[in-house]
Amino acid sequence: MLDTLLSSPFFGLTLTAAAWCFGCWVQKKTGMLLCNPLLIAVALIIAVLSVFRIPYETYSAGGNFIHLMLGPVTAVLALNIYNQRAILREHFLPVLAGCLVGSLTSLASVLSLCKLFHVDEALAASLMPKSVTTAIAMGIAESHGGVAGIAAAAVMVAGITGAIFAPLFAKLFHITEPAAEGLAIGACSHALGTTRALEIGPVQGAMSSIAICVCGILTSILSLFL
Amino acid sequence: MNIMAELAIIFGVCLISEGIAALLPVAFPASVIALLLLGLLLFSKIINPENIRRFSGFLVANMAFFFLPACVGVMEHAPAILGQLVPFFLISCLTTPVVYFVTAWSVQWLIRLSREKGAKKHA
Repeated sequence: MLDTLLSSPFFGLTLTAAAWCFGCWVQKKTGMLLCNPLLIAVALIIAVLSVFRIPYETYSAGGNFIHLMLGPVTAVLALNIYNQRAILREHFLPVLAGCLVGSLTSLASVLSLCKLFHVDEALAASLMPKSVTTAIAMGIAESHGGVAGIAAAAVMVAGITGAIFAPLFAKLFHITEPAAEGLAIGACSHALGTTRALEIGPVQGAMSSIAICVCGILTSILSLFL
Repeated sequence: MNIMAELAIIFGVCLISEGIAALLPVAFPASVIALLLLGLLLFSKIINPENIRRFSGFLVANMAFFFLPACVGVMEHAPAILGQLVPFFLISCLTTPVVYFVTAWSVQWLIRLSREKGAKKHA
């Protein structure tokens, strides 16, 4: 009976949806950045699978349906760019230049540190897109032989670091132009940073939000040459 | 628009993108092609954002939920990651201020440069 239940794709679907709701509930209760719903839900699902000795394949029978939606989720990011076309047109050169420089710096710094620490190729491919938004980072990692989940973890670490330290970085590096500050936050810590950028100011928020998509596209193009 | 029509549009864009990705000689993620294709369709006014409002709104509002199965997949690679946990954290954390600094500094320089040029023109 239990085997029948577990082998149904509904097991993975139910567990994922329930864990996600729990993660959102914890975030709402604590209001802490580190109590990220994704982090909590992943920990909960892994705990359930490990405690009841359920193999990953059993879970992924349902999980794969959700994973399939990564394509549509990435595609609708296009709306983000479309909705901000007026600001993009107005600041086209700084946005393009900033995101290009940001993407190049991210790729170069990650890959040189990977060489320095002698990490294996799969981990390097997973870390490579760590500055861009999760949906795009997963796609880049997978197409270069990396692991989507590790890419997501690195993206989260970068996002949390940026969201916490963005105001400190601005002071430390003497960044006074709001547009420069916003683009830099978006380029180094994507959506998690953008929530913080919106708190700092409207220009910072808008620029950070644009940088998410532009950096994602540029990084996927630039990584072709590696 | 009918919600099923919204699904057909977005799924169709993803399907075509997978076809394009298969034809490309390089490893380019099909999901990013779908992003570019949908952007092209929006900017060329072939698709109105209103035509995909409900489905895209649902996807955006619950975005991180769709990352869950891939993240859980990390448990399959646990031994490999645990062996390289220190470089993983060092690389993920250390590169963030570097990217911030280089991006912010270049954009700030660019903005000030264009402002100076503008001031000279007016002078």
